[in-house]
Amino acid sequence: MAKRIEVSDLNIYYGNFLAVEGVNVSIEPRSITALIGPSGCGKSTFLRSLNRMHEVIPGARVEGKVVMDGQDLYGSDTDPVDVRRQIGMVFQRPNPFPTMSIYDNVIAGNRLNSKKMKKSEADDLVERSLRGANLWNEVKDRLDRPGSGLSGGQQQRLCIARAIAVEPDVLLMDEPCSALDPISTLAIEDLMAELKDRFTIVIVTHNMQQAARVSTSTGFFNLNGVGQPGRLIEFNPTEKIFSNPDQKATEDYISGRFG
Amino acid sequence: MSTETQSPVRVTKEPPSGSIRPRRRLPRFAALGLYVAGIALGALLSALTGFSIALTVIYGAILGALAVYVGSRVVEGRRKATDRLVTALVTTAFAVAMVPLVSLVYTVLDKGLARFDGAFFSNSMFRVVGEGGGAYHAILGTVVITALAAVISVPIGLLTAIYLVEYGSGRLKRAITFFVDVMTGIPSIVAGLFAFALFTLVFGNDVRLGVMGAVALSVLMIPVVVRSCEEVLKLVPNELREASYALGVPKWRTVVKVVLPTAVAGLGTGITLAVARVVGETAPLLVTVGLITGTNLNPFDGRMATLPVFAFYQLTQPGTATQAFLDRAWTAALVLIILVMVLNVVARLISRLFAPKTGR
Ligand SMILES: Nc1ncnc2c1ncn2[C@@H]1O[C@H](COP(=O)(O)OP(=O)(O)O)[C@@H](O)[C@H]1O
Ligand SMILES: [Mg+2]
Repeated sequence: MAKRIEVSDLNIYYGNFLAVEGVNVSIEPRSITALIGPSGCGKSTFLRSLNRMHEVIPGARVEGKVVMDGQDLYGSDTDPVDVRRQIGMVFQRPNPFPTMSIYDNVIAGNRLNSKKMKKSEADDLVERSLRGANLWNEVKDRLDRPGSGLSGGQQQRLCIARAIAVEPDVLLMDEPCSALDPISTLAIEDLMAELKDRFTIVIVTHNMQQAARVSTSTGFFNLNGVGQPGRLIEFNPTEKIFSNPDQKATEDYISGRFG
Repeated sequence: MSTETQSPVRVTKEPPSGSIRPRRRLPRFAALGLYVAGIALGALLSALTGFSIALTVIYGAILGALAVYVGSRVVEGRRKATDRLVTALVTTAFAVAMVPLVSLVYTVLDKGLARFDGAFFSNSMFRVVGEGGGAYHAILGTVVITALAAVISVPIGLLTAIYLVEYGSGRLKRAITFFVDVMTGIPSIVAGLFAFALFTLVFGNDVRLGVMGAVALSVLMIPVVVRSCEEVLKLVPNELREASYALGVPKWRTVVKVVLPTAVAGLGTGITLAVARVVGETAPLLVTVGLITGTNLNPFDGRMATLPVFAFYQLTQPGTATQAFLDRAWTAALVLIILVMVLNVVARLISRLFAPKTGR
């Protein structure tokens, strides 16, 4: 069940430092939304504020509204743990749990929450998630081996399998390919194209070709200078952003004229 | 055998500029020889002024290092000579540091092996006034009291460390860290007197219980456990916590099911070393647990025997058969050293066995 996310007037702080200012955007269900922009402009910060991972950092806080299909994610009666169950996340560096096998990593979301599951159900979920992450054929013979023994690209797909195993509505990905080789990157891009039928996907990427290849909409973040807050400069269909952007800054960034 | 591989580097007087000049080197054992010669000279020197070990070592170390430096300087040049001088100094420092250790192990083995027999491990001192007897009661007493101390300190210490790393912030965290630091420096006799005063307040004068000793040892052990567990928990990468949160796992489950299992090797090692740290404490047990000659394994009922206190009394209050008492004291010391060594080995095994597996 993919869901729509509406963000209005979002300000994101680290302590007193305003990192991202005034974001208004509507993220469509069953689509891939790419976020691009120079380093330090707040893409990760914005992404983490969508599933309330931002507030895990001491002193970090958020002002404004994030609404997912009518549910206010920052409402006073909303539990951040529930939000994270509905909005999964894949990180820049693959981070499988080192103490767990591949199998246990995939069902970590259920196991860690002590959900009771029959063995057959668990087996089924593991296979489904690994197939969903295009990893099943590579690891089906060594499900009981540690996840940290896989290659970087396989580890990242394991993390994706782990994220989709809890069946979230939205999947956030923060530069999921930046630590991977081109072949693994392609594998993950193919995977995203498949996953977008079931999930709302938001991906941060530094790779403009990647954004152009996979996404339906693209948001461009920028900041005026060091110490200034980052802003969402432009949000448009990907085709428009890459052919005929509204903003001069977007065009400069995309054509490599920045800094 | 091909000849090329054996051909020695030829030393030319005027090497072609730009190429790496083969350096003249001291023959293989020449430096060592020079060093030994220097030490021999030092021994001779100290013999002239009336032989003494200390002077031999001092003169020897200085002359040995000097001989190596001069020899190397003449043959190999300044940079290599400095290298050899520093090597000589570092090696000497290491050797000097090893002297007390080797001497201690040798002495304890030499004197302790006399009574390292079956009787020592199967008899208590009940109705023994001269030869014979053993430390059966003291060994078990030490095990019981140390285990009890661990049962008290590990939960407190571990939970404190978890609080400090995972939950604490601001003033309370700083205050706890400060008090843990202060506790680390508490002299062991003070810990003993604390337990003594505490139990005297509750149970009246002249109370002696095994559990008092365990409490005293806990006071010494808790800060060590907190410190080592804290360091280990800090090593758990934040990415793993975030990975867990992102799956919708609450914080406490993340701590219990992700952080602790990842750190378990280090935690086990730290706790075992903390046990090793207190197992030989004498002073706090002397004032809280006392000593008996028979076997008492109930820490809630009167005095108990422990190895350190046993050794202490054997040494300081020998009866008429002085040698038998001395022998038993040394053997008790030997057993204590073995116990600590075993604990250290266990700590290593724990860290080896439970370390997260990364292999394919
Ligand atoms: N944990 C943090 N504490 C304080 N400031 C942070 C933290 N993480 C990021 N920032 C700041 O927030 C701004 C945005 O960072 P980030 O979201 O990581 O940028 P991006 O992902 O676009 O490269 C930067 O100025 C960065 O210095
Ligand atoms: Mg980033």
